[in-house]
Amino acid sequence: MNWWQRFWKRRELEDRLDRELRFHFDCQVAENLRAGMSEAEARRDARLRFGTIDQAKEQCREARGTLWIESTLQDLRYTARTLRKTPAFTLAAIATLALGIGANTAIFQLLDVVRLRSLPVPEPHRLARIQIRHGNAGWGVSHYPDNLTYALFEQIRDRQQGFSGVFAWEMRSQRIGEGAVARRAEVLLASGEFFTELRVSPAAGRLFHAADDLPGCAAPVAVLSHSFWQSEFAGQPSAIGSRLIVQDKPLEIIGVTAESFSGPEVGRRFDIALPMCSHAALHHGDQAPYRRRDYFWLEVMGRLAPGWTLARASEYLQSISQTLMEATLPTGYSRSSLDRYLQFRLEAVPGRSGVSRLREHYDTSLWLLLGITSLVLLIACANLANLMLARAGARQREFAIRTAMGAGRARLIRQSLCESLLLAAFGACLGLWIAATLSRAAVRFLITENDTLHLELALDWRVLAFTAAVSAATCILLGLAPALRSSRIEPAAAIKSGGRGLTSARDRLGYQRLLVVVQVAVSLVLVTGAVLFVGSFRHLITLDAGFRQDGILTAAFDLGRVGLARDAIRPSLRQLLDEVRATPQLQSAASTTNFLIGGGMWTLGIRAGAIHNSARFTWVSPGYFSLLDTPLLSGRDFNETDAEFSPRVAVVNQSFVQRFFPGAGPIGKTFRTVAEPNYPEAEYQIVGVIKDTRYFDLRDPPTAMAYGAAAQTPSVGPYSLMYVRSSAPLAAVESAVRRRVNAWRPGIGMEFHVFRRQIADGLVRERLLAALSGFFGVLAALLAAIGLYGVLAYSTVRRRDEIGIRMALGATRGQIVGMVMKEAALLVTLGLMIGLACALALARVAASLLFGVSPRDPVSFGAAAMLLAAAAVLGSFLPARRASRLDPVAALRAE
Amino acid sequence: MPGPPSDLPQGTLDLLILRVASLGPIHGYAIAQRIQQASRDALRVQQGSLYPALHRLENRGLLAAEWKESETGREAKFYRLTAKGRRELQKETENWQRLSEAVGLILRLVPEEPL
Repeated sequence: MNWWQRFWKRRELEDRLDRELRFHFDCQVAENLRAGMSEAEARRDARLRFGTIDQAKEQCREARGTLWIESTLQDLRYTARTLRKTPAFTLAAIATLALGIGANTAIFQLLDVVRLRSLPVPEPHRLARIQIRHGNAGWGVSHYPDNLTYALFEQIRDRQQGFSGVFAWEMRSQRIGEGAVARRAEVLLASGEFFTELRVSPAAGRLFHAADDLPGCAAPVAVLSHSFWQSEFAGQPSAIGSRLIVQDKPLEIIGVTAESFSGPEVGRRFDIALPMCSHAALHHGDQAPYRRRDYFWLEVMGRLAPGWTLARASEYLQSISQTLMEATLPTGYSRSSLDRYLQFRLEAVPGRSGVSRLREHYDTSLWLLLGITSLVLLIACANLANLMLARAGARQREFAIRTAMGAGRARLIRQSLCESLLLAAFGACLGLWIAATLSRAAVRFLITENDTLHLELALDWRVLAFTAAVSAATCILLGLAPALRSSRIEPAAAIKSGGRGLTSARDRLGYQRLLVVVQVAVSLVLVTGAVLFVGSFRHLITLDAGFRQDGILTAAFDLGRVGLARDAIRPSLRQLLDEVRATPQLQSAASTTNFLIGGGMWTLGIRAGAIHNSARFTWVSPGYFSLLDTPLLSGRDFNETDAEFSPRVAVVNQSFVQRFFPGAGPIGKTFRTVAEPNYPEAEYQIVGVIKDTRYFDLRDPPTAMAYGAAAQTPSVGPYSLMYVRSSAPLAAVESAVRRRVNAWRPGIGMEFHVFRRQIADGLVRERLLAALSGFFGVLAALLAAIGLYGVLAYSTVRRRDEIGIRMALGATRGQIVGMVMKEAALLVTLGLMIGLACALALARVAASLLFGVSPRDPVSFGAAAMLLAAAAVLGSFLPARRASRLDPVAALRAE
Repeated sequence: MPGPPSDLPQGTLDLLILRVASLGPIHGYAIAQRIQQASRDALRVQQGSLYPALHRLENRGLLAAEWKESETGREAKFYRLTAKGRRELQKETENWQRLSEAVGLILRLVPEEPL
């Protein structure tokens, strides 16, 4: 039996001990009787020989080694009784801790999923991501700067060493089903080695491998994710072998992935996996992604070969980079662009937790939020510690008496810690529950129209360990101070002084004052953070982006299924715009090649005289600038005379003028674009200048932008992007446009979004930070005010006699209020000064998340300090006023 | 009987219990009796301290216990030496012999001639 079993079976053991000793005793009595003693004599002798039975029993119990549990249980039961006697305190304490621990756990849970968790595949630590060191800086056409081209992937696959295999993929949204039930699904387009190298096993059927991913793939196959199989096919085995329509093409379903595998990217679940070769089959034979050596669209990863380390594999990749770049040199680019391409170097970075755009975007904010929530917990703990100190004061006599009677110091500390342990444990249990709700709410907060987010928010061991650690820290923070204090009591002094005296509470109040200073300091840090984040969010939403955001829809039209001949595309796009413009209720519509803010970037090299540089380039229809209320500073807008074969004209922004034509009137000047595939070198004449606007990201300062006339777009495809403006409700406008376009030519794919909402969706991170830091900042200020109130109220009660005497000697009420407030002012000022220093240091960390506010913004810091000071005045005025209303006669008589 | 019975030196009770138990399963009362008899009444076991020692040895895994019928027909707790207990007994016996020999050597010391 180990001690644990001995502990649980202690009643049974107790019973056996009893029987064993009784047997011994009876044997002795029997022997004594045999020796001729009388019954009474025999018993007495047996008892004498045995010694004290109870002591023997107690020693036997000690031999079990479980006594400490029993006495701890005693302590816990005793503490639970005391806590039950003060339900208000207990509930408040548990609620505060639950909120604090819950908020911490929730944020940590998010961090855990987006950052710490590994891919659910065997040996995830052997996975590595292969990318261009420092990214490709927007070279060519790229989804993300760390993506690679298909040509590069092939070269790496064929020439690398150090990996047992490399694989590539792209996540994209595709149309599945037909007609009315058509909808979009998340498609994982993966190279043939994908499942083999990740070592994903099938839940049913088989997964595709290298032999299924051959150029051309005559009969494309599809693999379903487990969740998609469950939701679409109810997990039926008959799904294997059946057909699935993707982009109007029937594909054969060959298998289902294991349930644990949700995809290689954090926060994005895939529905269907297709071999990479299927892109051509799904998109009218489009070979561009495979052939174009300037399309950076693939995520590439590899599994380290046995005996290779990440560092060595990375070094090897770097050493062959030059060769690989030369072998994959794109065509149609200028010499200088190609030189930049040849400078690219590959590297391998840890791929244990897959790829995550979420991680890159939210990493700093989540750590910051974790910091904020832990500071809030710290303040809450300080408050509770203060309350518990006051309670410990009430039990001082009890502890003194127990010390005097020989209770060990350790035992007293343990009993004091019991209270905080119980509170922290209850707080943690409730906190876990709150955390589950909070983290789900936070995820919902992050989900936007275009960005669905699938995070597995299960409680894994890391989250539980974190919560346990936080709770243990809480318990120690709460309990240690009162515990150490109560164990250091001088019994004689404590019992003698008994109730109150003029100076008895100095020591404890010293500690409580320290807590108040800490609270004020920490609160100032939080409130400053809140002011800064709310400030930058306000800046972002009130920012003059240079274009109108209200009453505008973005519309994307896909004419791919209409079956247009190559030379019919341009006229069709023009007609489409006319049709949309003719929709009733509509004020205006204009086409563009690129939506502003989050719509992507298009950059062309520009030469103007001696100046070689680059600018963003967009082709728009006449009326574009007036639709977006972007003021034309000089010159003219595009008009119908700017046709396909007339001289090329451009409208540029102020930054463009500054970059290419400093100090000269730009109207009438010309510049040339640098050649790119499908965009041959061409000369443009500037006909107008517009005010600067933001381009891809509201946070980025305006950059050089040029606009060409839509009719002169060098390269067109069967798709069109438009802005649609109306003062009517946008939902009604959307359906009107849909009806109109459908009536004109059925089969055109359409997608509409509210422009303002799309822009707001790009600010989710700022909104989250502003909302949470604002909430926690207010909470912190409130807690600090309550803490101050508690300490002052307590200290004025302790100083009743002193105040009574002062009043009897003629002190006015105002002087008493002043006296108490002065004490508060000292604490608060000290706290504010410390807090200011900390906030200044910490604000630098948050600098990258701020917009339009300096991390040392004096106004923000001043406002935070004022806010906190106001809260402190409130917290100290109430006890001060109460002290001043003291009846000196009553106060002194009570002595 | 040569003189009154003496108390056990510190730490020897465990050794004696192990030795007695090595002779076969035995209950607590009998152990006390055996020690007293075997030492010809020279050693007296404080019966109250016997049981904590037995329980300690049991929890350390040196003794195993079993409830069975005793010679009087009543259920009693019988202790028996485990393999671990046997090793411990051997080790402790050797320790004890070395110690008592060493003490004996010192006690038999003859005064030497002054140099």
